[in-house]
Amino acid sequence: MMHDFYQTGWWAVIWSIIKILIVVVPLLLGVAYLTLAERKVIGYMQVRLGPNRVGFRGSLQPIADALKLMFKEVIIPSSANRFLFLAAPVLAFVPALLVWAAVPFGPDVAISNMNAGLLYVLAIAGLGVYGIIVAGWASNSKYAFLGAMRAAAQLVAYEIAMGFALVGVLMLAQTLNLSKIVEAQAGGGFWSWYWLPLFPFFLVYFISGVAETNRAPFDVAEGESEIVAGFHVEYSGMAFALFFLAEYANMIFVSLLTTVLFLGGWYAPINTPLLTWIPGLVWLLLKTAFLLYVFLWIRATFPRYRYDQIMRLGWKVFIPVTIAWIVVVGIALETPMRAILR
Amino acid sequence: MQIRPKQWFKTFFLTEMLRGMQLTGRYFFARKITVQYPEEQTPQSPRFRGLHALRRYENGEERCIACKLCEAVCPAMAITIESEQRSDGTRRTTRYDIDLSKCIFCGLCEESCPVDSIVESRVLSYHGEIRGDLIYTKDMLLANGDRLEAELAADREADRAYR
Repeated sequence: MMHDFYQTGWWAVIWSIIKILIVVVPLLLGVAYLTLAERKVIGYMQVRLGPNRVGFRGSLQPIADALKLMFKEVIIPSSANRFLFLAAPVLAFVPALLVWAAVPFGPDVAISNMNAGLLYVLAIAGLGVYGIIVAGWASNSKYAFLGAMRAAAQLVAYEIAMGFALVGVLMLAQTLNLSKIVEAQAGGGFWSWYWLPLFPFFLVYFISGVAETNRAPFDVAEGESEIVAGFHVEYSGMAFALFFLAEYANMIFVSLLTTVLFLGGWYAPINTPLLTWIPGLVWLLLKTAFLLYVFLWIRATFPRYRYDQIMRLGWKVFIPVTIAWIVVVGIALETPMRAILR
Repeated sequence: MQIRPKQWFKTFFLTEMLRGMQLTGRYFFARKITVQYPEEQTPQSPRFRGLHALRRYENGEERCIACKLCEAVCPAMAITIESEQRSDGTRRTTRYDIDLSKCIFCGLCEESCPVDSIVESRVLSYHGEIRGDLIYTKDMLLANGDRLEAELAADREADRAYR
């Protein structure tokens, strides 16, 4: 009854805005603190302490950074295309937030629990690259342009492998609805999640996710040592901050989606009363946080890929591997193993 | 292309990647070596070359005899000296300026000084707020020397065997 009331007239709009705020505000806070976590984790892995001056052990550092960026001047290069130059950060940032509409935080807890959730997510996530390409083009700078071209080529290469990896999930779950995909992984515990039968897809998806978000070791789009900062060389102040926010929001999103698709979403790793008593949201966020840690761990460990190696990995390794494993899964689903996989 | 099963296993299970991550993972828990500067400082050698100072003898007479060796040896030409004869017949400086924004802290002035007058102290944190603040005059350098004399003397003493 309550639910019906909220879905009529003005209440529907207000209720939607409330739901959006409930997701976006913690998300932006999460992004802010992910930057701190990144600096801390990488610092620790390099036997340093990382930022620890602002607030208790650096806990206010992201706020200080945000304030600094807000008060900085947004410089527009004289030869840049003014409109596109300012539109690009928005184009990068908006899709990074839009994808969150379909994210399930629990059984039937999402801004919009749509049936084609996975397709929606793929489509919107693919839009993010336009912000980068437009930024590189509008800056009218060779470094920005090269960075944008690299980002585009990389995205095309890895999106395909990523899509194929998701096909595997669809074959097992038989649905595009993200909530239902998680529910399809219910059962015993971590061994019934999709990461085990779809292990190659799990790896390919996560690595492609690292590549899609232009994170190290796939960060040739902004490779500092070669093309200064890539597509965002010419940006400063809040315009730069939007790219930054988009990148980190995408990181959180990729981690969360990996959790939803392969690591059983909000289910506890072992189905005992002690662990299932902890709310599903906590499990979801814990798994996401772990994957985010792996993101940072990878960045602290590996040197940047050479550009042609990235292309090789995407086109000549990931795509064949995913196609081959799709065939394997397809055959397995036609055998008695079907009962175990589903 | 030859197919090597061992190589394939390594590639597909990312064993080498995991070994790398194991290493960084271990360092994550290692004791951190950061020196938190204002509260902690790294040890300094007695030969540390920081802010300059002009020293005096124990009776309060300034050591500098305006031989201008330091001015001549300074590779950055940061030292400017003017001298005249004092009433007691000795030669003394009337002006001894060091432009610290030119100085490269090579220590040659200290090395060239026959009377141990111009020295570099251990002071490493000082600043200027407007242009010209880093031009240290004779009075400022003598004041540095007076303030730091105990430390300067001890450092010279500690290093005496090697000079």
